[in-house]
Amino acid sequence: MLLIDCPFCGQRPEIEFRYAGEAHVLRPIDPRECEDEEWAAYLYRRRNPAGDHAERWHHVHGCRRFFNARRHTVTDLFSGSYPAGTPGPECEAGQ
Amino acid sequence: MRFSALTLLRSAFDGQSRYPHQWRKADPRPSYDVIVIGGGGHGLATAYYLAKEYGVTNVAVIEKGWIGGGNTGRNTTIIRSNYLFDESAALYDHALTLWRGLSQELNYNVMFSPRGVLMLAHTVHDVQSIKRHVHANRLNGVDNAWLTRAQVAAFCPGLNMSPEARHPIVGAALQRSGGTARHDAVAWGFARAASARGVDIIENCEVVGIRRRIDGAVAGVETSRGFIGARKIGVVTAGRSSQVMAMADVRLPIESYPLQALVSEPTKPVLDCVVMSNTVHGYVSQSDKGELVIGAGSDAYVSYSQAGSAHVAAEAIGAVCELFPQFARMRMLRNWGGIVDLTPDRSPIIGKTPVPGLYANCGWGTGGFKATPGSGHIFAHTLATGDPHPIAAPFSLDRFLTGRLINEAAAAAVAH
Repeated sequence: MLLIDCPFCGQRPEIEFRYAGEAHVLRPIDPRECEDEEWAAYLYRRRNPAGDHAERWHHVHGCRRFFNARRHTVTDLFSGSYPAGTPGPECEAGQ
Repeated sequence: MRFSALTLLRSAFDGQSRYPHQWRKADPRPSYDVIVIGGGGHGLATAYYLAKEYGVTNVAVIEKGWIGGGNTGRNTTIIRSNYLFDESAALYDHALTLWRGLSQELNYNVMFSPRGVLMLAHTVHDVQSIKRHVHANRLNGVDNAWLTRAQVAAFCPGLNMSPEARHPIVGAALQRSGGTARHDAVAWGFARAASARGVDIIENCEVVGIRRRIDGAVAGVETSRGFIGARKIGVVTAGRSSQVMAMADVRLPIESYPLQALVSEPTKPVLDCVVMSNTVHGYVSQSDKGELVIGAGSDAYVSYSQAGSAHVAAEAIGAVCELFPQFARMRMLRNWGGIVDLTPDRSPIIGKTPVPGLYANCGWGTGGFKATPGSGHIFAHTLATGDPHPIAAPFSLDRFLTGRLINEAAAAAVAH
């Protein structure tokens, strides 16, 4: 089980959280204006790296706030978490 | 060497000592007509059907580890075809048809055992959803039947049918023609049959890049054993599709998650069918070695760790003990994770990519094993002719652009 560092509550077991996918996926400002390609990329295409991954977590059985964390997807080791809305860390391209 | 009753009898007298290697250990040639990246069941089946059905024998299967050492050796070996949508039913039923004759076709015992796949209903919602599946399957000519509570108890006597159970069983769907097969034998049988038809199987050779021509089409693959040229490349790399496709600058609508399974200590025959339950979320069958093979749900987060979190496996054990309280004192021997490539609609991607000469057969998610021969068969058609097989056509990559999804995610027998 992962130990996840909630920026508001500290380290808590994974079962208190809900995973919410890749972080920093920006929604096109006006979906009516964007190309299908751009909309499909927003909806479906993900980095899915074997390496550092910035991702959203929801502390659903705790403070109930969303936040972002960086985790290495091969080792599952976290290297920091930060409030949602702040810029993402540098992630290496991965394998 | 062709297997027969005679060879088995002879081997009984010489200590099983005269079996030759079942496929050639090939060294890479400078170039091939088709390179299949990934030596799992799907990749090997693709190569086999390319050689057999389409006469394309200048083919290499490139595998970074050993044959069948990835997800082919990590799944729970369940075979069924009772999917909801027309496209999926056609795809998986095509595979089921091929499974029936596969041991004879490959002259290799894949131990296909159509022992019946039981999907339990515990709630009113389960009954409605499962009956809908049964009717849809019937309209598509796919074998599936509704069993009443009494019929379930008769078909699988070990189940806890008590109305006092936390989630009492009220009925089930049964696909009698579904069952299990021996996963290693599937990989080995396809490798052997493909090799016999001239396909080069190159193990311990990792693809590290895809080289492109000036016009953008594929030129070949850079590997840990040097450059190998190819006119066409088929990517059949479950669990690593995003990385391999990124080598050609293709970003897929795929995320990779651990999916866990575990086996118990071997025991005498206690369970002669496959039992699945969506509501308590577990599935179980008994292998011919006697181990209970238990499948868990996928983990919550993207990962390549092939481990997953312990609580996910524990929940699967809890579910199985809910269905079969008599298993509660059995010990579990092994627990592992495989990395599954999930698409947003939980249906695979089979066909062309934006890169000329580069084809994808990936995104089989949590249930690719059952499709192994069918997947190889239709992907071989796509690779040989350049056009998708009619069954594969709806599973194109561009459905994520057009919005024509095949949303088995909402219809899965066991939600992942």
